[in-house]
Amino acid sequence: MSRIDAALHDLRSLDALAQRDTPLARLDARAKLITTLVFVAVVVSFDRYTVAALLPLALYPVALAALGEVPAASLMRKLVIAAPFALLVGLFNPLLDRAPMLAIGDMVIAGGWVSLASICVRFVLTVSAALVLIAVTGMHTLCAALGRLGVPRVFTAQLLFLYRYAFVLGGEASRMATARQLRAGGHGGARLATYGPLVGHLLLRAFERAQRIHLAMIARGFDGEMRSLRVLHWTRRDTLFILGWCAFFALARAADLPQVLGGILTGALP
Amino acid sequence: MHMADALLSPAVGAALWVATGATMAFCARRVREEGDERAVPLMGVLGAFVFAAQMINFTIPATGSSGHLGGGLLLAILLGPHAAFIVIASVLTVQALFFADGGLLALGANTFNLGVFPCLVAYPLIYRLIARAGASGPRIAVASVFAAVAGLQFGALGVVLQTVASAISSLPLATFLWLMLPIHLAIGLVEGLATAAIVLFIRRARPDLIDRGFAPRGKCASLRPLLTGVAAATLITAGVLSWFASTQPDGLEWSIEHTAGTAPLYVPENGVHGWLAQLQQRLAWLPDYDFPADAKTAAVDAKAAWPEIKPGASIAGIVGGVVTLALVWLVAILLKRRRG
Repeated sequence: MSRIDAALHDLRSLDALAQRDTPLARLDARAKLITTLVFVAVVVSFDRYTVAALLPLALYPVALAALGEVPAASLMRKLVIAAPFALLVGLFNPLLDRAPMLAIGDMVIAGGWVSLASICVRFVLTVSAALVLIAVTGMHTLCAALGRLGVPRVFTAQLLFLYRYAFVLGGEASRMATARQLRAGGHGGARLATYGPLVGHLLLRAFERAQRIHLAMIARGFDGEMRSLRVLHWTRRDTLFILGWCAFFALARAADLPQVLGGILTGALP
Repeated sequence: MHMADALLSPAVGAALWVATGATMAFCARRVREEGDERAVPLMGVLGAFVFAAQMINFTIPATGSSGHLGGGLLLAILLGPHAAFIVIASVLTVQALFFADGGLLALGANTFNLGVFPCLVAYPLIYRLIARAGASGPRIAVASVFAAVAGLQFGALGVVLQTVASAISSLPLATFLWLMLPIHLAIGLVEGLATAAIVLFIRRARPDLIDRGFAPRGKCASLRPLLTGVAAATLITAGVLSWFASTQPDGLEWSIEHTAGTAPLYVPENGVHGWLAQLQQRLAWLPDYDFPADAKTAAVDAKAAWPEIKPGASIAGIVGGVVTLALVWLVAILLKRRRG
């Protein structure tokens, strides 16, 4: 499967997940969006040397993924693919920051390693929360929620259009790339002289497609406004969802739960 | 290069969200005012085009490696800067949601770095200066390369400043700049060449499509509001960043004053403003060896600042962490079983 096809497959699979009828999918998209934003803000608000205290927060993406029946394997794969930048920058921390930080018996761990671990935990938490959000909400509902929360209509319409035509143009691009590769006798990427016309033709087709779409929209009475049949209903369950999770985030932020738990356990064991 | 949530502090992330949101509101108004309803499907389809084109690679001349298009500058040339910014923002949003590129908090920073700089800075100030309407082919190529390089250098500078200001990574400013700017010089050249190749092809095939961004308004009419917008965005960012910077130096004093009384800060559930302000204060609660002049003095300072390490606390933290993860895992299994 080519890179383009793999990406399109990813898009489809995440949205297909959101189509299923789970209790989470029935929640108002605004509740899920706001809670996820609060979650991300709480995660990044911790001190740079925090590792253990971040771990209870994993409950949010994990619980949502479990309730929304999001397969863990595909989540993990995406996390691994997206990791390089944060990890690369984080890898400098152990080299630069050698202040002693933790001690286990005689072994002393430098602050840099602790902050690297913190970056990894933050990365996994924030990114998985974003992926789980889209997997339990779906693009259309999420755009409706964005619109209701005051995001300019031009932008929400743009997101929906992009999402709709990413599949169409992605498929076209994939076929063009395959056709070129078959004629290139096993050579890797296109040379610049081929690349310009190749992508240029894709662009010309995109222009023509946009024109046809516009005519079709006018024929159906388009007046510059995108209308949606999806109506969002805010119920008490949504309020409870937000308040419950925010209370949990506040608790995890205010008290270092693993430290307390570990204190009790290590105090009790010896 | 996508900025990541894991490297951002809440203050920097929020500042960039505000700057990007303001730019978005401004661009959305301009696009609405232009009142060209053909633009709606065109922008959407071109967004999908950039999304697809980013995945087609080409071989970089004289090296073995391959590159691909970023698309900000190309969109600005085809659609004009305001519409291009909205399209790039939508592409980045889809990537953040579906492909885990960056994250939700970093989306503001990413849109700023990859949208504002190429569309609203490099395009009007560099590309349009070199390649006016009806420019020759070579001129367009030169303009594309210069504008793309400038856009990516600014973007890389943005990533570096945001990372250093967030202070999650220990990389000092100078080192990080030396790492990022040369890499992005190369990426910028690639972006410029790719953009030029596509623009020159379109110019031969459909010359009417190229100067579209400027055609509807005649002359250079759209430059002034554009500059105002950029200036406003710059001011907001500069203002927020300097506000942030000014809270850093006295963070230690703040912590000395307040740690005694208010150990765990109260975190209200609603009221984003008060909450962010408190987060900001929390953030300023960083010991001053977070900005080491070099590693050695940092180590010395840190020893002085942290004389005692409590082994008991460390072990309790690790044991507690492992048990917490086990509990989270257990909850997941229970939830799954109940559903299944």
